[in-house]
Amino acid sequence: MRTILTSVITENIKEMCVKANHYLSEDMRSVLYQARKEEKTSLGRQILDQLEENLQIAGEDMIPICQDTGMAVVFMEIGQDVHFEGILLEDAINEGVRLGYKDGYLRKSVVRDPLIRENTKDNTPAVIHYEIVPGDKVKITVVPKGFGSENMSRVFMLKPADGIDGVKAAVLTAVTDAGPNACPPMVVGVGVGGTFEKCAWMAKKALTRPVDQRSGIPYVKEMEEELLDKINKTGIGPGGLGGSVTAFAVNIETYPTHIAGLPVAVNICCHVNRHVARTL
Amino acid sequence: MDKYVKAPLCDEAVKGLRAGDYVYITGTIYTARDAAHKRMDESLKKGEDLPISLHGNIIYYMGPSPAREGRIIGSAGPTTASRMDKYTAGFLDNGLKGMIGKGRRSREVVESIKKNNAVYFAAVGGAGALLSRSIISSKIIAYDDLGTEAVRELQVVNFPVIVVIDPEGNDLYEIAVKNFKENI
Ligand code: SF4
Repeated sequence: MRTILTSVITENIKEMCVKANHYLSEDMRSVLYQARKEEKTSLGRQILDQLEENLQIAGEDMIPICQDTGMAVVFMEIGQDVHFEGILLEDAINEGVRLGYKDGYLRKSVVRDPLIRENTKDNTPAVIHYEIVPGDKVKITVVPKGFGSENMSRVFMLKPADGIDGVKAAVLTAVTDAGPNACPPMVVGVGVGGTFEKCAWMAKKALTRPVDQRSGIPYVKEMEEELLDKINKTGIGPGGLGGSVTAFAVNIETYPTHIAGLPVAVNICCHVNRHVARTL
Repeated sequence: MDKYVKAPLCDEAVKGLRAGDYVYITGTIYTARDAAHKRMDESLKKGEDLPISLHGNIIYYMGPSPAREGRIIGSAGPTTASRMDKYTAGFLDNGLKGMIGKGRRSREVVESIKKNNAVYFAAVGGAGALLSRSIISSKIIAYDDLGTEAVRELQVVNFPVIVVIDPEGNDLYEIAVKNFKENI
């Protein structure tokens, strides 16, 4: 049994919220650089230049990459030999978000009630997903999720007979419907299988996988590559203003499912695909 | 084509804009997003005065991140325009000339843009750090209680946007995808 103080969790989450909103991960930076070289339209290249310059300014001036600094989604992978000491874990996580968004000059975009819509003014609560894993470590992944792209995400409850073609069609429908609204070039997270909520969870988690890392399952890898190619032929392009780079990657996760179903979730993320992970 | 326009907009300048033009805006513009639109729409319906004059003006659909000490504004890029579609025709009928946002607009908005000789610009979504550099002053002038959603008066210099829907109703999002498919 290893003891971890919840105050340490708070401190880390605070730092990760700030970091995620000012710097993108290396894989996102290099895929953007690559896209700039490959984009076929001049307006598209101009937009990608702006995005590169924007990233540079964000890091140098400590100004968020995007004004929508997101709702904080936090994945907690907790080793089952870990014992937490201090305040309630959930409170510790939310305290980290509160401090990060306040001290980091991040936008507060969360409303307490979805219909009454009063801003909580500190961007809490976070959306927290817990997983119990083997070992005595805790892996924290902070994903500030913007809603321009979140709003364009979809869940499709397909029939088993729809098969792989149905899955591909669902992904393409979600992406073309999203179009310019989701701030392309996008990263497309897909969950296939499980239940209604499990596929949505997988789609979100898929967005945290590096964009240059393909699925380990051969047919899934093939589907990822084929879909990326098809998406980049839609012509939506950077900013939706036309071009050959509409998405940077399609990341698909799968899970066993019921004999009667084929759930598919498509979680769209913009080019500001933010995620920071730390293992304690 | 690169063009330079002054805000507020005059009818002549708007008339010459075409979908696909790269435009640099200099002058005074106002921010308003979901919550501010809802309030202004309610005021219009009750016949009350609005906190800003719409006449000839540009509304930027934007809610910035907080400014650090000594800075003018935080990150300041566009939000998705379609959430404002419900209110837009009413605003255009009351004199609004331009909008800056990102993403598609409804048929009703396109028709109203044509009818009122107005224009919809897109700024690059997710480039809020870069765009903030074209803003030289920012002042909250209404609905302070809405936080990031308050109405701000911004002074901008060569603020970069692209004409998406022009006064003839041409839509760059549709044209660009079509051109891409035909030419590449
Ligand atoms: S979709 Fe992404 S890039 Fe676009 S405004 Fe939202 S957070 Fe920013």
